[in-house]
Amino acid sequence: MASFAKYIRLVVGAWAFFLVVAASMPANAQQVNPTASSVKEQQLLQELNRIQGRVSIPDQRSGVLEQPAGRDWREFRNVTLRWIGGIAILGVLALLVIFYLSRGMVRIEGGRSGRTIVRFTAFERFVHWMTATCFVVLAVSGLNITFGRPLLLPLIGFEAFSAWSQWAKYAHNYLSFPFTIGVVLIFLMWIGGNIPNKADVDWMKRGGGLVGHDHPPAYRFNAGQKAVYWIVVIGGTAVAVTGYELMFPFYISGIEGMQLAQIVHSVVAVLFVAAMLAHIYIGTIGMEGAFEAMGSGTVDINWAKEHHSLWLEEQNARAGANDARPRATAAPAE
Amino acid sequence: MARMKFLCDADRCIECNACVTACKNEHEVPWGINRRRVVTINDGKPGERSVSMACMHCTDAPCAAVCPVNCFYTTADGVVLHSKDLCIGCGYCFYACPFGAPQYPKVGNFGSRGKMDKCTFCAGGPEADGSKEEYEKYGANRLAEGKLPLCAEMCSTKSLLAGDGEIIAQIYKERVTKRGYGSGAWGWKTAYRETIES
Repeated sequence: MASFAKYIRLVVGAWAFFLVVAASMPANAQQVNPTASSVKEQQLLQELNRIQGRVSIPDQRSGVLEQPAGRDWREFRNVTLRWIGGIAILGVLALLVIFYLSRGMVRIEGGRSGRTIVRFTAFERFVHWMTATCFVVLAVSGLNITFGRPLLLPLIGFEAFSAWSQWAKYAHNYLSFPFTIGVVLIFLMWIGGNIPNKADVDWMKRGGGLVGHDHPPAYRFNAGQKAVYWIVVIGGTAVAVTGYELMFPFYISGIEGMQLAQIVHSVVAVLFVAAMLAHIYIGTIGMEGAFEAMGSGTVDINWAKEHHSLWLEEQNARAGANDARPRATAAPAE
Repeated sequence: MARMKFLCDADRCIECNACVTACKNEHEVPWGINRRRVVTINDGKPGERSVSMACMHCTDAPCAAVCPVNCFYTTADGVVLHSKDLCIGCGYCFYACPFGAPQYPKVGNFGSRGKMDKCTFCAGGPEADGSKEEYEKYGANRLAEGKLPLCAEMCSTKSLLAGDGEIIAQIYKERVTKRGYGSGAWGWKTAYRETIES
């Protein structure tokens, strides 16, 4: 009897619950507005400038639904970068032509002495030329990506331009490795001589002797060469890091990071190319006796006297000590 | 001439991913590449919506503008296509695309990109319509057969619409008027610089 009462109570209770739910349902249906809480595209874009969600396919990167920032990157890549690159590279070229026409080659004023001194070892020259060769290929293939379509494509046509650009891309990707090794070796190998010091201040004040016939004293590297060193080390590191970020998509960053990487990579690269044009100029037709430092590895004593007087003194002092040492130790040994 | 567009009615999409599967099957898209995907926003929260997204075939397409080798072209129907013979796989279209449409097969060393692959609006590529070469590179050319993209054709809720922009906009407007709500034509403002007032 007790169990029957319990059963009745349960049924009545269930009925009561059902009636309450049923009564509230139509009211709920009227209250629900399917768009009231729905996500709105423009609102999401205003909040984050990108829309991201969940995807059920394995490629989780495709969860970015929209990123209109690509439009800004497009403006940079097609307009801003071409202006920066064009002005930097053509500007430096124009300055060099004007400088060459007005100043001409910087001669060794004392003439050649006929005696030489070692300036760069075979290893140093190897590292320099490995990096330099890679740099030239990287620069040409890189400039092709930015300037090839408006300048070269109309001249050689779609098929030829694509074939060339494909090879240029491979060269750009693969030569980045020896280039990076070169930059690291340059950093380690020449860091000793490239710490700015007092002599640089004087050298800078006297304009490096570029104008007139002044020869401010310098150690192994003068302030101009130190500038080139730090441009190579800092610029080279920047292009290497951002370049690898682009070469290995999604390993380091997502799409917005790659847009930023491309901006840094390309701006640093065009400025790097402009700076290296000046470096190539002064190392070849700009100055007598300069190329052989990286060519044969030796320079004329008079060239060293005029351009790196303090370095020559150091070397002479060291050579003197070296000459003295064997003589002093030779006698007891025998 | 029609101006082909996609429109995903997010209030109808049930995230069944049939459009993704149909596309992969129809075009025999390589492993790792999805020309279309369904993104769910605010997953599990009130106001959750799913949007099926692929190449939107933009007006003044950013991919075409930034391509270093100029391998893109727009057909008379407003479909943005590209030539895989000219593509060098540099990745620039991917940086510029607002919809993440370009995909690259991972071929060669160091994760380097192969020829770019993306939604063709089922319109193939520069090769002869319906040719074997076209199919191998770009997949089926349904437009040349008088058919519309398969993803939209077989959408179970008719959420995804593909076809002439004016017609699909009209269909969407009628739906919004009838049911009284609509979360908008996703991506239209970015892709076509216009939106459907509702």
